[in-house]
Amino acid sequence: MNVPILQMRGITKTFPGVKALQDVTLDVNRGEVHAICGENGAGKSTLMKVLSGVYAHNTFEGTILFENEPCDFSSISDSEKRGIVIIHQELALSPYLSIAENIYLGNELARNGWVDWRRTNLEAAKLLARVGLSENPVTPIQHISVGKQQLVEIAKALSKEVKLLILDEPTAALNDEDSDHLLDLILHLKGQGVTSIIISHKLNEIRKVADAVTIIRDGKSIETLRLDQGQITQERIIRGMVGRDLESLYPDRKPSIGEEVLRIEDWTVQHPQDASRTVVHNASLNVRKGEVVGLAGLMGAGRTELAMSVFGRTYGRAVSGKVYKYGREINTATVSDAIQHGIAYATEDRKHYGLNLIEDIKRNISMAALHKLAKRGWVDKNEETTVANRYRKSMNIKAPSVAAITGKLSGGNQQKVVLSKWMFSDPDVLILDEPTRGIDVGAKFEIYTVIAELAAEGKAVIVISSELPELLGICDRIYTLSAGHVTGEVPIAEATQESLMHFMTQEKE
Amino acid sequence: MSALRESLGFLTSRLRQVGIFVALILIVLLFQVLTDGILLQPQNVTNLVVQNSYILILAIGMVMVIIAGHIDLSVGSIAGFIGAVSGVMIVHWGWAWWIAIPACLLVGALVGAWQGYWIAYVGIPAFIVTLAGMLIFRGLTLITLKNQQITPFPAELRALGGGFLPDISGGTSVLEWLTVILGVGGTAAILFQAIKERRVRRKFNLENEPMAWFAIKTGFIALLMLTITFLLASYRGTPIVLIVLAVLVIVYSALMNNSIFGRHTYAIGGNLHAAELSGIKTKAVTFRLFVNMGVLAALAGLVFTARLNSAQPAGGTGFELDSIAAAFIGGAAVQGGIGTVAGAMVGGLIMGVLNNGMSILGLGTDYQQLIKGLVLLLAVGFDIFNKNRSSGGGSAIGKRFKLRTTPPAGAETKEPAQDRPVAVPAGTEQASAVRNP
Repeated sequence: MNVPILQMRGITKTFPGVKALQDVTLDVNRGEVHAICGENGAGKSTLMKVLSGVYAHNTFEGTILFENEPCDFSSISDSEKRGIVIIHQELALSPYLSIAENIYLGNELARNGWVDWRRTNLEAAKLLARVGLSENPVTPIQHISVGKQQLVEIAKALSKEVKLLILDEPTAALNDEDSDHLLDLILHLKGQGVTSIIISHKLNEIRKVADAVTIIRDGKSIETLRLDQGQITQERIIRGMVGRDLESLYPDRKPSIGEEVLRIEDWTVQHPQDASRTVVHNASLNVRKGEVVGLAGLMGAGRTELAMSVFGRTYGRAVSGKVYKYGREINTATVSDAIQHGIAYATEDRKHYGLNLIEDIKRNISMAALHKLAKRGWVDKNEETTVANRYRKSMNIKAPSVAAITGKLSGGNQQKVVLSKWMFSDPDVLILDEPTRGIDVGAKFEIYTVIAELAAEGKAVIVISSELPELLGICDRIYTLSAGHVTGEVPIAEATQESLMHFMTQEKE
Repeated sequence: MSALRESLGFLTSRLRQVGIFVALILIVLLFQVLTDGILLQPQNVTNLVVQNSYILILAIGMVMVIIAGHIDLSVGSIAGFIGAVSGVMIVHWGWAWWIAIPACLLVGALVGAWQGYWIAYVGIPAFIVTLAGMLIFRGLTLITLKNQQITPFPAELRALGGGFLPDISGGTSVLEWLTVILGVGGTAAILFQAIKERRVRRKFNLENEPMAWFAIKTGFIALLMLTITFLLASYRGTPIVLIVLAVLVIVYSALMNNSIFGRHTYAIGGNLHAAELSGIKTKAVTFRLFVNMGVLAALAGLVFTARLNSAQPAGGTGFELDSIAAAFIGGAAVQGGIGTVAGAMVGGLIMGVLNNGMSILGLGTDYQQLIKGLVLLLAVGFDIFNKNRSSGGGSAIGKRFKLRTTPPAGAETKEPAQDRPVAVPAGTEQASAVRNP
């Protein structure tokens, strides 16, 4: 029964400065649904990119055997020829082309270079029937929902005679109904002999479809759990996902927590494009003076969406709910309103949303509070330089001078510039979204120290992070979010990685 | 030895700024030789200034629009339209020049507000709005003029295009002393300002230009100013429009460098999302930029009309391309965020000297266009080449381009896309997520 279709052995993949995968082993049997689990950044997607040829065979170490034959893929088209098809979490469909055109994109049914439309549409219709989609194949992709687009991707995979289907977070962007339909389809295809690898950290989904689960943690394969051996349980998976030692240290701090500064009540946010999806449901939370509050959640839990919708409605639509500061309701409908009410939001994506990379350090630091440096609309540049030099010193920004271009700085130093910018706006509440993403361990410690100092100064700090040890290391209280719901509020004394992960994977009906 | 190396290192890091200056000098020298010295004769220098003044006025507004990441194709038509409006007001209705000029600038502001509304608040790309504006205002020009030129204009208005400051010596001296006083005074002010700024940079421990380069640069600028002063003074003195232009350059340079408005303009062009998330009212800034462009286009239209002493149906045709070229030759980045008023002026002068020199040589517009096109291509091509070469350095265009296409190395391992609020398709959807009110 258990015939291996795929054997990956000793896969090691390094990026400059980072070991993304280290001696990873993956065995997938023919005809099974094999789940891959792990925290954000554990290396799941990298592993699948190695398998599908996104990373060419000479850029990593290790061997891949598919149907007992070695694989030396240089590109996706090589792996597709062997019947390995990957569907990325960001769908690769062209919105203005029809369903049929998308299915045969790059693989057109043509005669002498001319597309055979009759056959294209006919074959597409057959494939759509196989995935249970009753759309006309000439419908443009943009006119069907994301859930159906996902099915089109699968139909496209089927058109390539897929033997091994890889789905990277397939339900992340789907509502519950579409998710169920997709999972049913995966089981249906399994009945037709298609092997699937599904990357997910929705444990209920995994329990529903998976025959085996391989857990990846910090770039290493931890273990493979098998259904037929009764190993697939929530507890077992969670233990595997989080069970690691604390690698970085955290500064000591003695919290002195005062009155409530900010309270968010019944906060509900709709997806900006897809009104049927509620991204944040009736979320309520508060943060007090001198307190560091964590927001924990897996991908799609709605942490960033919650923060950005509060910060000047920069995400979502039909935002409803109330924000109170010191017990008085405030309006944060625009970013400048939010800043005026003393709220700062440091984005998780500093390169796209945080910094003007072609501008120097001092001008980035002054960007959110230029008026503080100006009289009647004219900026006092000397004062600006003085302020920037002060932050360069206190934040230990490593640069030749504050006239250095931020695009040339390392990630850690860029993050310090972002933090300086918001500290200069003198907020009462700082929302820090993934403040240590993509920066090295030493700089992380410095960022944690800054967070501790901010709290000691009496600021209220909200930290959004995917790294549970980090939240446990610096927070006084942690809220967990799951699928847009606040599922738990855990004081630091009671919080463990396991308890948080329970709340983070909990489904609210 | 180390001072030399330091200077060389500095020069290569500023190859672009140095290069544009050197290019201007080389082009001037080239045409000076080719035209047997006609180029730098006092009368021709005066012509050069007056002929290019309206393009330079437009280039000021254009570089600001480009810094913010937009473009304006309609300025030529707006200049033509305002010329027509001024003709109707002054010649047909008999309005005094001191009422008609502010009224025309106001009409320019309204035109700019019209376009700014569609661009900033409706969200139509500036390329489309101003392409439409190019047609709309050309059409309105023809309607206003009923397809016939309006002429003649009173002397007071003509002075704006071809007038000179009065001769205080009463015509007895070979040199116009008022021009000499202004030129020398202006040069002294520039030297004083440059030295002051250098002191401040040293005081705040910022990277400074090497002394040698600073001395050469400021010395050269001073020499250039004095030469032009001498040349103008030995003909008819200072053109009034040069005074207007000088005031505009000083005011707008200060505005772009030191005012909140100017700094917000750079921030928007450098990274729109970061600007929005920093609380900058990006729409209001964009709107004001186009209102400003409208006013400057109106002024350029008045100067042009005054110079020709006639409002013409085709007036201003092609100005938009010359002013856009001036901004880009002067170092503005297509993606926005980079550029200076001074750079645009140098860019405009390069185009102006090319035009003027080739006209003296008797080259037809066919070859003039060909050569101007190649110069624009080479200037921006040199920019891109220079930035790719030093990629990782101050490569604005290259870097921004790379950012958009490939994620940074760390990102691949960290799977950053996973936690973003929206996933598909990342670019457009995120943009709209942030824009969403």
